Amino acid sequence: MPSILVYLLRRILQAVPVILLIMVGSFLLIQLAPGDAVDALVGDMGGADAAFVERMRQEYGLDQSVLVQLWRYLVKLAQFDFGWSYVYEQPVATVLMSRLWVTMLLMVGALSAAFVIGVALGTLAARRAYSLTDNVISTLGLIFYAMPSFLLALLMILVFSVKLGWLPVSGIKDIGAFHTGWRLWVDIARHLVMPVAALSLIYMAFYMRLMRTSVLEVMDLDFVRTAKAKGAGGRRLMFHHVMRNALMPVITLLGLQISTVLGGSVVIETIFALPGVGQLAYTSVIKRDLNTLMGIIFLASIIVLVVNIVTDMIYAWLDPRIELQ
Amino acid sequence: MSATDLDLTRPAASRAAVMWRRFRRNRAAVLGLVIFAAVALAALLAGVITPGDPLRLAGQPLTPPLTVAASPFGTDQLGRDILAGILHGARISLLIGVVATVISIAIGILIGAVAGYFGGWIDDVLMRITEAFQTIPSFVLLLTLVAIFGSSLTSIVIGIGVVSWTAPARMVRAEFMTLRQREFVDAARNLGVGNASIIFREILPNALPPVIVFASVVMATSILMESALAFLGLGDANFASWGNMIGQGRAVLREAAFCTVIPGVAILLTVLSFSLMGEGLNDALNPRQKK
Repeated sequence: MPSILVYLLRRILQAVPVILLIMVGSFLLIQLAPGDAVDALVGDMGGADAAFVERMRQEYGLDQSVLVQLWRYLVKLAQFDFGWSYVYEQPVATVLMSRLWVTMLLMVGALSAAFVIGVALGTLAARRAYSLTDNVISTLGLIFYAMPSFLLALLMILVFSVKLGWLPVSGIKDIGAFHTGWRLWVDIARHLVMPVAALSLIYMAFYMRLMRTSVLEVMDLDFVRTAKAKGAGGRRLMFHHVMRNALMPVITLLGLQISTVLGGSVVIETIFALPGVGQLAYTSVIKRDLNTLMGIIFLASIIVLVVNIVTDMIYAWLDPRIELQ
Repeated sequence: MSATDLDLTRPAASRAAVMWRRFRRNRAAVLGLVIFAAVALAALLAGVITPGDPLRLAGQPLTPPLTVAASPFGTDQLGRDILAGILHGARISLLIGVVATVISIAIGILIGAVAGYFGGWIDDVLMRITEAFQTIPSFVLLLTLVAIFGSSLTSIVIGIGVVSWTAPARMVRAEFMTLRQREFVDAARNLGVGNASIIFREILPNALPPVIVFASVVMATSILMESALAFLGLGDANFASWGNMIGQGRAVLREAAFCTVIPGVAILLTVLSFSLMGEGLNDALNPRQKK
């Protein structure tokens, strides 16, 4: 379908100014921070003489005008060169790439769990609207929505690790076990159960509430009445006619929330000591590693923009009324 | 029923009374209001019920709740009174919630109103900026701001405001785009009313209701963001904060879970009260909207 390609290209072009703004913005933030990269380096070395500091500044281009520095910064970012991490003694891009998979697993796990369970419970609540089931589900939804993820994480640790001893408290795998093959994946999955649950619960509550309202709304529409009149009932009506349409706002919300989920992974990865990008963000704040923080912001923004474009495509595919334009 | 009938015979009730009646009809919203009132009362009376610095040593470390009369909620591993922490923490949570919400709604109104009213390239530029802010995970941006500007109460409040104005801005913009075409705006313009006056005096009052409802959501997320920061140990260490209490409680989770659970329940109830009140506000301010 060429129209899809044209649409895709247009969306990518639309994302360009946003990315540029983020790049300029992060440069300005670094400028606002007290001290520069050389100060940090010299501080790490425990001081150096003025001539050496001057030479370092020249080497890093910090003696140039702000505009020249901005231009150089943009060119570097566009090549995915986020500079050097003084904490990890590696290029920031290398550090990020070695940790990205953990965060991706966590995010995909949390969002899929939230989506599947939230949609199922929301539909159930709507089908039995105002019954006891609905009240229980809706009340739980309100509580989960107000529950801070870190509190939930600690409570789960207390129950499932400390009291019951079922699940590991921290890390992404057993360090000393040297599992390989499927055993390694089982091990990783065991380590991810609690983080995924803690991160997903609030989104589950969102999707549940939204799905409930959405199903109730769609069930009121004329085409559902027509379908009922023509004899479609029970499961077929629910899955084929109602849910397909009721899912649309949930998918929109899912796409919009990628960015919040990435933010939430900071707290969760820190609690469970998962070696992902979120935990990296936390240690970078503690150690004032601005290069790494800016790298994280840039990478996260790219992920969010890509996911948004993909959600739009899914949306258009689900709803043929929407023209790709 | 008869009460409503009586109301109908009365001369037009004041707007506030009408809104209160709609709000009151939502029982969950009233519950939210009661919880919120309790939290506000705790914040107000913190200095009376538990005078002195809440961070001082108040008794034996790790006293369980309900064992010592002086510390009914027990003490943490540094012997700090948990009740005092909860009451004084309510101040910080509410303060941060209110101020950050005011900041974010103010930025949102300004950007949304200008973008929606003028349209064209101004709208384009402002919307790209809004998208940029929406794309960056707000908690990561907040962390970065804290890393750069330090974690004083002021910079945390401003930081939370700066990372949460995008949704209100989009709402205000959408309202302005429909309202600017209405007749009363044309009428005002023909009378020679200036742009600023039209924006703030004519259109804004009509665009506000959904934004006010949304403010309850912003308030809830602001409180959650502050508590997450404090939990990570990045809050202002000079003040008692629920998030910080939970962060500290984590070290003694195994032997003294109450250090974690009590402040956790405080956050949960406060955030819950805002979402419940939000629904009631929606009933009160947007009565025509279908539920």
